[in-house]
Amino acid sequence: MGITFRKETFRDDFTFRNSPEHIRRFPFPFHEDSYMYAVNIEPHVVGPKGSVLENLIDVDEHYVAEMQDRALVLAEDPLRCQSLPHMTLAGWDLLELLMEQQALGYPEHFTLARDGDRWRWINRPLGIDDTFTFGDVSTLPYGPMEYITRQSQGDFCILDQRDGNLWMDAGMVTTQADWSLDFDIGMNFFEWHAPVPLAHEKGIFTRALKFLTNIQQGKPARRLNWTMTINPRLDTSPENYHKWGPDRTTVTPENVGEKVHLRVELQSFWRLPRSNGIVFPIRCYLIKMDELVTQPKWARRLHRVIRDLPEELANYKGLTRYRPTLVEWLSKLDDGSPTSPGFGPD
Amino acid sequence: MAAKSIISRPVYGTLSPQPGKHHLFVADAEGALAISDLAAKAPAGFFRDAHIIFIPGRDGKHVAALEALNPVQFHQGPSFASALPRLKQTLANAHMGLRLYLAGTEGLIGQAMQAALEAGIDHTSIQTEHRGSLARRVQCVHCKGITENVTTQPATCSHCGLLLLVRDHYSRRLAAFQGVCINAEDRSEIPPTEEIFR
Amino acid sequence: MSTGTTKLDVVVSDVVPVNELVTRFHFRRRDGALLPTFSGGAHVVAEMRDGERTRLNPYSLMGSPLDTREYTISVRRDDAGRGGSLFMHRHVRPGAEMVISYPVNLFSLDLRARKHLMLAGGIGITPFMAQTAQLAAEGGNFELHYTCRTASLGTYADVLRERYDRRVRLYHDDRDERIELDRLLSSQPLGTHLYVCGPSGMIDWVRDRAAALGWPAETVHFEHFAAPQPGAPFDVTLAVSGKTIRVDEQQSLLEAIEAAGVDPPYLCRGGVCGQCETNVIAHDGKFIHNDHWLSEEEHRSCRKIMPCVSRFEGRSLVLER
Repeated sequence: MGITFRKETFRDDFTFRNSPEHIRRFPFPFHEDSYMYAVNIEPHVVGPKGSVLENLIDVDEHYVAEMQDRALVLAEDPLRCQSLPHMTLAGWDLLELLMEQQALGYPEHFTLARDGDRWRWINRPLGIDDTFTFGDVSTLPYGPMEYITRQSQGDFCILDQRDGNLWMDAGMVTTQADWSLDFDIGMNFFEWHAPVPLAHEKGIFTRALKFLTNIQQGKPARRLNWTMTINPRLDTSPENYHKWGPDRTTVTPENVGEKVHLRVELQSFWRLPRSNGIVFPIRCYLIKMDELVTQPKWARRLHRVIRDLPEELANYKGLTRYRPTLVEWLSKLDDGSPTSPGFGPD
Repeated sequence: MAAKSIISRPVYGTLSPQPGKHHLFVADAEGALAISDLAAKAPAGFFRDAHIIFIPGRDGKHVAALEALNPVQFHQGPSFASALPRLKQTLANAHMGLRLYLAGTEGLIGQAMQAALEAGIDHTSIQTEHRGSLARRVQCVHCKGITENVTTQPATCSHCGLLLLVRDHYSRRLAAFQGVCINAEDRSEIPPTEEIFR
Repeated sequence: MSTGTTKLDVVVSDVVPVNELVTRFHFRRRDGALLPTFSGGAHVVAEMRDGERTRLNPYSLMGSPLDTREYTISVRRDDAGRGGSLFMHRHVRPGAEMVISYPVNLFSLDLRARKHLMLAGGIGITPFMAQTAQLAAEGGNFELHYTCRTASLGTYADVLRERYDRRVRLYHDDRDERIELDRLLSSQPLGTHLYVCGPSGMIDWVRDRAAALGWPAETVHFEHFAAPQPGAPFDVTLAVSGKTIRVDEQQSLLEAIEAAGVDPPYLCRGGVCGQCETNVIAHDGKFIHNDHWLSEEEHRSCRKIMPCVSRFEGRSLVLER
């Protein structure tokens, strides 16, 4: 039993694929045929078996390959993982959360044994078996946040809560949709969202902040966000924009299905108990158009969403250059028939 | 003043006397005028507890006006870099009750604030007033090098040579605006260069 | 009782009289599991079933955040209050089953601080018990100044002195010992944060002096739970749920709303967190605002009320609930 982890790459030869079961569990982010920002936050509770919400921290068939890609990114650019000095305690909080959740959801792959502050952590997919003292940084090869997020899928931002605001004071960010932790670390909630168009005027961030600062222990919340990426590249950082940016010019009617990927972020929000901070895991799911359109409802709906997306949003999400080619390709799969309500495939 | 911008773009105010035991001023060039304006509003004896660090710049103006305020300490330096060790030492030995006032170019305000943040002062308690040049410090998001005195849009990174779009997105920690390659997707697209940050 | 936080089913594992006014209560989980980890400064809301009436009072957790086998709170008997503390003192015995909320922290340490300067008055010592334990375990830099009426009413003063020695200074009112506040505030290194918990007069005094001596507002933290005050009964119409209720003398408006089966959200029940903020639709009379959440302007506008601590005197009040 257990997950069969794929051997695949997110760079160079791009061998990333989703298995048929993973296509069906993909967190398709559109519940209707159009898209606009909303404070679409809901309680992060366990969802149906076989969905990405089966466990609150999801581990899937891409786990090992994603962790290898993260190690490559960090070797090239250690600034992708940073923690301001006052955030170590929050790092321990995060280590506890991720070890507990992964061991709970996937006991065949992860084991956590605690004896007071003496902890043993076994991560079988990555071949790790470490015993350490909880709270003592000298007993781990990295700081607590870096240690555990080198073993957890998704980016992680740790937010300090003070003066009625949230401050992005630590993070592990190697699979981001075009924002720089090195630049944004230390900013408050409004500042790091500053470049997002339209949402400030709509009061989205004021309401979201109010909600997030009141997140209670034991009651995490979540939302979905999305963008598109050319090639299954996890590291679409601004740092490397000059390296991956040219990919956007390579989309042709012939290669849309293989090259263009929908990129969905499952963002969740958890109160951390010792530090009173908030951790914000940003879990990235990729699916290529060829895989996505195996579900006819998704093909029809995505066509309508991308076709009707406001210009500012298309620009912000970096779709402008290849949007016409994509819309043309998707239009052939849209017979105009209605789509059923809800996210899932028919 | 800058036109409609984004929320991370710093907003500067007008210096005003704050309650406190000691008052530390850091200013360059025309920033001296902001201190003089504050002096006109300050209660008698305010500058008896004040320390002014001033970088007059090339034309060397305003020194006499600041000295005439009779601060308990007055220092004039040829550059911000030369004044920085003194600023850091002052902050390291300071007590709660010290208030910080920064006036002049964005580069000076940003870099002095950076030193203050490292010393444990919260940015919201710092008084700032922008005077003089709008030239920007820009961090190249790609190579991480900082280019000083950027006046054009786009601008060339003085470290790696990429052509950068200078954004309004600003980091207090780096005391810099963000520069992102403007023609990353197609390097043959070279937009015209305009001088806009003067 | 929906709202706010998850609930914990606990059993009272010990009741320890500390001095003539203060009693300490220990809680463990009924299922024997560990309690949730918390951070220094956090409180829980204890539900007290007193016959027909349910009281919900917030109490700071005062144990070490490192020990989650049990939670401890200290309750000061308030003979003139609305009866919550009297209920705890008179009726809660070891073995009693109670329901408490998950911990919530509205008085969190600022972990950036170069130094934490803590000022406690009377029972205001309780959040500092947990915060000092947390900081001591991490090698944090703190100093605690604790004012009490007499040595025998200096709740936990002996424990604190023993644990932290000279990092704790005691001041006894009956010996005319007073904090030299201006000198204390002016001798702290840059980057110090100030925390104050105690009677409201003390909090106001400390905040005023700190502001005058140049402490920026974001470096001054205070725990200011207002206990709901008793007052004349009044009637309220809840427009959304279509109910008319009476708020008794000893009941808070929030408790009366809950008793009618309407559950506004809450976290602190002390006028601090803002969760139960309620819009006023119409009124004929005057508001008695006791909260620290709404601005003075909002108080004057008569368009909002915090039902956890504020009351009303007059002919009619219609709320959007």
